[in-house]
Amino acid sequence: MIDREQVLHVARLARLRLGEEDVERMSGELSTILEHVDRIAELDLDEVEPTDHVVDLENVLRPDEPRPSWPREQMLEQAPDTAESAFRVPSPQAEA
Amino acid sequence: MSELLGLTVAEAAGRIREGALSAAEYGQAWREAAAGDRLNAYLWTAEGGEEGNGADGALAGVPIAVKDIFCTEGVPTTAASRILEGYRPPYTATAVRRLTGAGARVLGKTNMDEFAMGSSNENSAYGPVLNPWDTARVPGGSSGGSAAAVAAGLAPCAIGTDTGGSIRQPASLCGIVGLKPTYGAVSRYGMIAFASSLDQCGPLTRDVTDAALLLGVLEGRDPCDSTSVGLGEVRLPGREDLRGLRFAVPSGIGEEDGIEPGVRDVFEATLRRIEELGGEVDSAELTHAPHGISAYYVIAPAEASSNLARYDGVRYGMRVEAPEVIEMYEATRAAGFGAEVKRRIMLGTYALSSGYYEAYYGRAQRVRTKIAEDFAAAFEGFDFVVTPTSPSVAFGLGEKTGDPLAMYLNDYFTVPMSLAGIPAISIPAGLAEPPGGGARLPVGFQIAAPAFHESELLDAAYALEQSIGFEAKPPA
Repeated sequence: MIDREQVLHVARLARLRLGEEDVERMSGELSTILEHVDRIAELDLDEVEPTDHVVDLENVLRPDEPRPSWPREQMLEQAPDTAESAFRVPSPQAEA
Repeated sequence: MSELLGLTVAEAAGRIREGALSAAEYGQAWREAAAGDRLNAYLWTAEGGEEGNGADGALAGVPIAVKDIFCTEGVPTTAASRILEGYRPPYTATAVRRLTGAGARVLGKTNMDEFAMGSSNENSAYGPVLNPWDTARVPGGSSGGSAAAVAAGLAPCAIGTDTGGSIRQPASLCGIVGLKPTYGAVSRYGMIAFASSLDQCGPLTRDVTDAALLLGVLEGRDPCDSTSVGLGEVRLPGREDLRGLRFAVPSGIGEEDGIEPGVRDVFEATLRRIEELGGEVDSAELTHAPHGISAYYVIAPAEASSNLARYDGVRYGMRVEAPEVIEMYEATRAAGFGAEVKRRIMLGTYALSSGYYEAYYGRAQRVRTKIAEDFAAAFEGFDFVVTPTSPSVAFGLGEKTGDPLAMYLNDYFTVPMSLAGIPAISIPAGLAEPPGGGARLPVGFQIAAPAFHESELLDAAYALEQSIGFEAKPPA
């Protein structure tokens, strides 16, 4: 069961602001889904290696040669706010 | 449908290469067809005029509908999310570049579930896509716009992405062919990430031959995606029987998976057809496949919660202004993401959070290993594994939106192949009446093969397709 406090904690970690209604709904929905997921708790998996990747690949490397990158102006074109050839964000000061 | 629109992609490209059909005329016919979209299948359509490269290519002059999850330079790319409204990428996805390099042109960008999260297309920020067979029903998802466009004659072919069934399930619900290739067959560069260890691009087409044709163009190693390995040559299918081939049906199928009676009938009739074509059908133990949904709905949301951290109102996409940066992130993400995306971010963040990581993510990755081992064991005695693609025919709009878990169970038969990274195709196998009665709707048949065995998979699917002779079309 995911309670109200846990929902608010996870929302903070995920940088999501949830409305009062969302918190209630999310608590119920996440609990239902996790109850289903918990079926895998019954399986004996102690000797099983986790799969991080399905294709057998190791150290895919390319030659370390300098090459042009994207033009800065073009990368800034889609930004909501820019200043002096950089992305601009509001002040981080208020968070103590 | 005019004679031009009735051509398969293989036929049209052949005629264009021979000079018997003008690419401009063919392209214009499809632009007019796409302009008649009343299903909300497209989010953007091309004005036309521009000539593609590769007039001698495998896809000479062929218009293609592209799921709006693929970046296209200068063309709006939203992943059906408000958070990317107005975004115009500075580059084009490798998959799309390979298609245009072979002579294809982008006909339009298709609607989808937001960030490919959904099985009904009802999670699009731009409204649901309607199923051409019955506009009160969903087309499936997440590549619902691509599937509906091909089924309704709004595009000759399309590409989509499949993370847990997002090509195969909508193909099944719309009565067309959908192929999820082996993980690594097609580059993911420029394909907006949902769950990176599962996402794979593939074709949605009218027939198996066109799927093979598109796959042959799409596949390949790409220096921009270190997980891509390619397939080598993809043979165009031509097999006429299934002699000497062994097909495994997971034992226990139909017990706890919620298969509708109509779907089961079509599935069983298709198994008999395999035997008539000389194939052998037997059951195989895939003990862990029923746990696929549990593992998938931990792994995919976990990866999504990480991938979607990039939408923070800083570099691209929308921003909701606030006096302080953390507030800005939270307000932007609250306004920009839809309900299902938030649900999965929450689920994934929870599963990765301190104290829960091993119980959820760690265990899910071990279940994934067991599922892959089960398939590997089955493939020692069998060439293919077959199941229905979806437990149901197309369901009604709004029927499952209030119950996320019921929606997730649509992916019951498609998720295990995604977790194992193996290729699987859905072909239309017949029509079935929906549980509440009404006009009959398409039922898909899923065939899965060992990794990198796409040519064999397409050959078997082709033989079955020729025998089934599925000719039904959606009503006007």
